Amino acid sequence: MARWSPQRKKKVWFNALFGGYYGIFIVFIYGPMIAMFILSFQGRRGGTSFPMRGASLYWWNKLIEPSTVGDMQGALGRSLILAIIVMVITALFSTMLAMAFRKKFFGSGFLFYTVMAGLMMPGILLSLGLAVLLKQLGIPTAWWSSGLGVHVVWTLPFGFLVMMAVFNRFDSTLEEAARDMGASEWMVFKEITLPLILPGIVAAGLFGFTLSYDEFARTTLLAGNYNTLPLDINAQMTQRIRPTLFALGTASTIFSLLMIGLFLAVYTALQRRAR
Amino acid sequence: MSDSAQLQHRGLIGDSGVPPEIEAKAKAIRRDTGFPVGWLIAPSAVWLLLFLVIPLLSIVLFTFWSSEIGKLDTSFTLENYAAFFYNEGFFNSQADRFLSVSVFLKTLWNTFRFTLEVMALCLLVGYPIAYFLALRIQTFKWQMALFLVCMVPFWTSYLIRAVAWIPMLGRRGLLNKLLLNMGIVDQPVDFLLYSEFAYTMALVQLYVVLSVGPIFFSLAKIDKTIIEAARDMGAKTYQIFWEIILPLSLPGVAIGMVFIFVMIMGEFATAVVVYGGKTSTVGTVILNYYAVANYPFAAVNAIMLMLAMMVGVVIILRLIDIRKEL
Repeated sequence: MARWSPQRKKKVWFNALFGGYYGIFIVFIYGPMIAMFILSFQGRRGGTSFPMRGASLYWWNKLIEPSTVGDMQGALGRSLILAIIVMVITALFSTMLAMAFRKKFFGSGFLFYTVMAGLMMPGILLSLGLAVLLKQLGIPTAWWSSGLGVHVVWTLPFGFLVMMAVFNRFDSTLEEAARDMGASEWMVFKEITLPLILPGIVAAGLFGFTLSYDEFARTTLLAGNYNTLPLDINAQMTQRIRPTLFALGTASTIFSLLMIGLFLAVYTALQRRAR
Repeated sequence: MSDSAQLQHRGLIGDSGVPPEIEAKAKAIRRDTGFPVGWLIAPSAVWLLLFLVIPLLSIVLFTFWSSEIGKLDTSFTLENYAAFFYNEGFFNSQADRFLSVSVFLKTLWNTFRFTLEVMALCLLVGYPIAYFLALRIQTFKWQMALFLVCMVPFWTSYLIRAVAWIPMLGRRGLLNKLLLNMGIVDQPVDFLLYSEFAYTMALVQLYVVLSVGPIFFSLAKIDKTIIEAARDMGAKTYQIFWEIILPLSLPGVAIGMVFIFVMIMGEFATAVVVYGGKTSTVGTVILNYYAVANYPFAAVNAIMLMLAMMVGVVIILRLIDIRKEL
């Protein structure tokens, strides 16, 4: 084995240092969640902290059986439906916006900053403004109307940025070639543009789905009579915290992870086909 | 479209110059390719008008109203602003609150100060991670995989991630156990949960990914040959960092700062979970006044929060020019 030069040694030492720091960082961001996962299998008489008093599915069962407080299953269903609607709207709107932004048009700068304002505006402000306004107008709030409205305001900039990045790298000579051969705008879009930007649309949809599914601040004052899942979790948090909450958190997180995995799988499959 | 094709072929054949009016027509056709812009932007524009612009403008309007029992009095008043700033006995040298600022202003200042602290911590914790991922890892596949591992929490519920700190930090929590086993403390310490410590820890954990992402992207864009050139000319590692890498990564740092800053300024739920509601942020003040149906005063707090945020964002963008990045 050749002797290591001091430079190489230094490099390896540096990399080990950073690798170790990365490990600690991962423990820092995932550690609490893993502790929560384990504690959700707490025994019947156990509490919200270690040690485990036996292992059981007691708290998980509590999730499934109908409870007197809250409406977990209903909240989950509403959150899912809302997330799917937001996903579709985000994917559609952000694609349309990014296509418009391929050309300069009157007011494009203003529109760009308005879209970005949705990202910058704290959820509580939007929630407050719309809630009070609707109250003045006598329009009731509901998760599928006012809730949907502010969710899209929050997810649209993410989808928009993704689609802008996609069109930045887009080779428009392909479209021009199709146009020169006499294809109509719709045909150009369907046959050329759409297959190439489909992975990007999936990514925009991922942001729409996950950000809406987890959104809390924007829905606080706007969900109306029926809670979404994050609102239900928040309601449980303000009561005495029990391992049921950990089971709920674990279930919700696992579901999120599955969805992210699904989106990534679809994304890579489409990406491979687009090439 | 076949029209434009014909026009172009004329020029290629080159029997004569293209008449200016036909050239103009061809250009017009070229520029008009794609779907009409108006239809593309109309749905988003209407949506943003309804759910973003109008609610924000109405907040401004509400601040000039006053709350009556059951409804709002729509006559113009500045009383809400006065109540926000004015403190009873402010100019009275006999009062013990002489020259002390109002509690709302104090809350705003505390929120602002605390946000800056957490933001700085997020950058300190996140920068080395972004640096490691972008410049220390050579294979693209690993780079992306490890980056995704960092970013996944962003797509999960932040309420649940806040809840997850409870079994870690409590009196019988894991951190206390660790401290006891290592012999650092004799008995469990109390300051870990429901304290500023817990709040800071939780916020850093929740928002640090927002600094890793943008910094990673601006670091990954750095042309590696510049670094090599510097090394060939004998630059030390720390010189390369201070004079090349850090300046080139500043746009990413600024975007991360803006993100974290606006998120934590509007924060209110985490404080309840891990601080036990012992602190108030502007967000909790707004919710409290909303709960008692004093909408105008909630709106004043919201406007002040927005102004403080704008000041913060302008300061950040003054310090670092991010236009290159956009």
